[in-house]
Amino acid sequence: MSDGAPVLALEKVSKSFGPVQALQDVDFEVRPGEVVALVGDNGAGKSTLVKAIAGIHSIDDGRILFEGQPVRVSTPTDAVDLGIATVYQDLALCDNLDVVENLFLGREERGSGGVATITRQLDETSMERQAHELLDNLAVTITDVRSEVGTMSGGQRQQVAIARSLLGEPKVVLLDEPTAALGVRQTAQVLALIKRLREQGHGVVVISHNLADVFEVADRIVVLRLGRLAAVYDAKQTTNEEVVGAITGASDPSTGDLGAAVNEVMDAARRRDAPPGETPDGEPEERETGGTA
Amino acid sequence: MTAEATAAGPAPTGGGDPDDKPMKGFVRRFVEGDLGELRVIIVLAVIWAIFQSQEDRFLSATNLTNLLLQITAIGLVSVGVVLVLLLGEIDLSVGAVSGLCAAVMAVLSVKHGWSPYLAIAAAVFVGTAIGMFQGSVFTQFGVPSFVVTLAGLLAWQGAQLEVLGTTGTVNITDPVITGLTSTFYEGATGWAIAIVGFAIYAAVSLGTWRRKMTAGLRVQPLGALLLRLGLAAVAIVAAVAVLNDDRGVPLAALILVGFVILFQFITTKTTFGRHIFAVGGNAEAARRAGISVKRIRIVVFMIASSMAAVGGIMAASRLLAVNQSSGAGDFLLLAIAGPVIAGTSLFGGRGSVWTALLGALVIGSISNGMDLLALESSVKFMVTGAVLLIAVVIDALARSRRQATGRV
Repeated sequence: MSDGAPVLALEKVSKSFGPVQALQDVDFEVRPGEVVALVGDNGAGKSTLVKAIAGIHSIDDGRILFEGQPVRVSTPTDAVDLGIATVYQDLALCDNLDVVENLFLGREERGSGGVATITRQLDETSMERQAHELLDNLAVTITDVRSEVGTMSGGQRQQVAIARSLLGEPKVVLLDEPTAALGVRQTAQVLALIKRLREQGHGVVVISHNLADVFEVADRIVVLRLGRLAAVYDAKQTTNEEVVGAITGASDPSTGDLGAAVNEVMDAARRRDAPPGETPDGEPEERETGGTA
Repeated sequence: MTAEATAAGPAPTGGGDPDDKPMKGFVRRFVEGDLGELRVIIVLAVIWAIFQSQEDRFLSATNLTNLLLQITAIGLVSVGVVLVLLLGEIDLSVGAVSGLCAAVMAVLSVKHGWSPYLAIAAAVFVGTAIGMFQGSVFTQFGVPSFVVTLAGLLAWQGAQLEVLGTTGTVNITDPVITGLTSTFYEGATGWAIAIVGFAIYAAVSLGTWRRKMTAGLRVQPLGALLLRLGLAAVAIVAAVAVLNDDRGVPLAALILVGFVILFQFITTKTTFGRHIFAVGGNAEAARRAGISVKRIRIVVFMIASSMAAVGGIMAASRLLAVNQSSGAGDFLLLAIAGPVIAGTSLFGGRGSVWTALLGALVIGSISNGMDLLALESSVKFMVTGAVLLIAVVIDALARSRRQATGRV
């Protein structure tokens, strides 16, 4: 399923903000039909990496390869044009618009033929029909595509946001904390949607703090620590403890003897849901803020 | 999300709780602003009933025609204000811009002998340029629109005095300009306009309905659509009958309704209009969707100032003059109050261009009725202020309720 050449590959990518080295010599790749989870503590460089891929930050050093070709991704439009779609943590939906309007925001279809040729009016019928097709295809249940997204649950909004990113037929989909602040049932819906993206051959990158979700959907788990690539695991052949160890640095031989490392792992496992610590790269991790006006 | 109660099960599609008793639910939705434009029409009916019971000339054909002429200028300015409000911004300069542009037109026409058409075009152009300037300062320097247009309010008032010169008043004699508010289409002409207008509306509504139906999309019941068309027909017939009973259908009213329909179309049926709502709802989301937020904002401020110019021209035509108080006084605040009273949100992203017309009707009716009753202007101000306050409170209540149910 995840065989073949990587659709997106990063080679020795570095990025610094002033004196702070946010990313250092990071290698990263995702293949078609593969879900790669990007995990790491706050400030490990996950968001910086995603923003570099999405064209929000340009990289200082290294190469980005898309379908084997070196590419420059210096603006968000570059990324979208290549076929890299990003679903941000704060969803970026307009609550006052309905589902169809949100799905097609920025890529509205205009009518042709008859009066519409002159008036250049929106082709609502076509957009609504395609919205139904898209949502049905992804098995997303939304009873009324003409209801405002502001009236919907967090899970439905997240699904709309993900569906929206697929309209441009991207090859790679980046999901920033797709299950943050969702209930159990809504999380299950979103994870099921991520699996369907994989079945449809998209390369999917998921940033998550929640290791249960990561193990549920990911094929590979990439761990960043302090801006460096700490470890890459096959999700089927690793354990929660091993990943936590890599996140906290306990499995790093340079951090000391085995006994201390084990203690650290246990502590870290207990602390996992504790409030976030400070972010060494000076760049605050985006948090789920809920309904921002 | 503040409410996770809807986590299970399908999305709720509206605010109405089914277990409410019909009457109680109606009152609650009325107060909370969920009923939209129907609420305003009910308010208007109540206002008309009150004034008619006090003074039976209020609903006479002559007075209703006068009412229409009185609200034309303010309604046109409000059309532009609605667009600015949809962005979640405000334009405090529209009154001053309307005065300045009217002064430009009057001076060019009277003192420089320009053709009336050129003078009108020049006035509208000045308005557009002002809007472009204010919109650019707002977007490029990140100065709040409130402050930019407050500065504009002062500056353009000064410019107006400058343009008018030492006499301070320019009387307009040109028949084309005065004809804007003194032309009436009597008898058959009025009916023909009404029939053509309604035929287009009905054809578009039914056409859209059929296209959606054939595409297998969810549509409202045909009965509801026909009922709506029927009500529109009754309203149009009643309006033309009343107007024909006096001097006929005024050109000024057609200009107002024409601009309302034009901008209603632009805001609801075009990409540009969709993007206005998107910027007003969530500017960051709009930006990430690839919309040029700055361009949308600048163009909307250009439209607002241009419509202010159009309103100023109509006001000058009706007054037969432009003077130092043109566009001054309560003109600005009423032009903003109208759409808000009629349900356009001050917080952006919600409202419609119809509220410009409906709001102008509400405010104009209050003003006209109190004039008929020969009330002091002190009372007029206080009553209008109270109506505005109630409308804004309803807007805020509706917003906080949306937030409580997870909508923003």
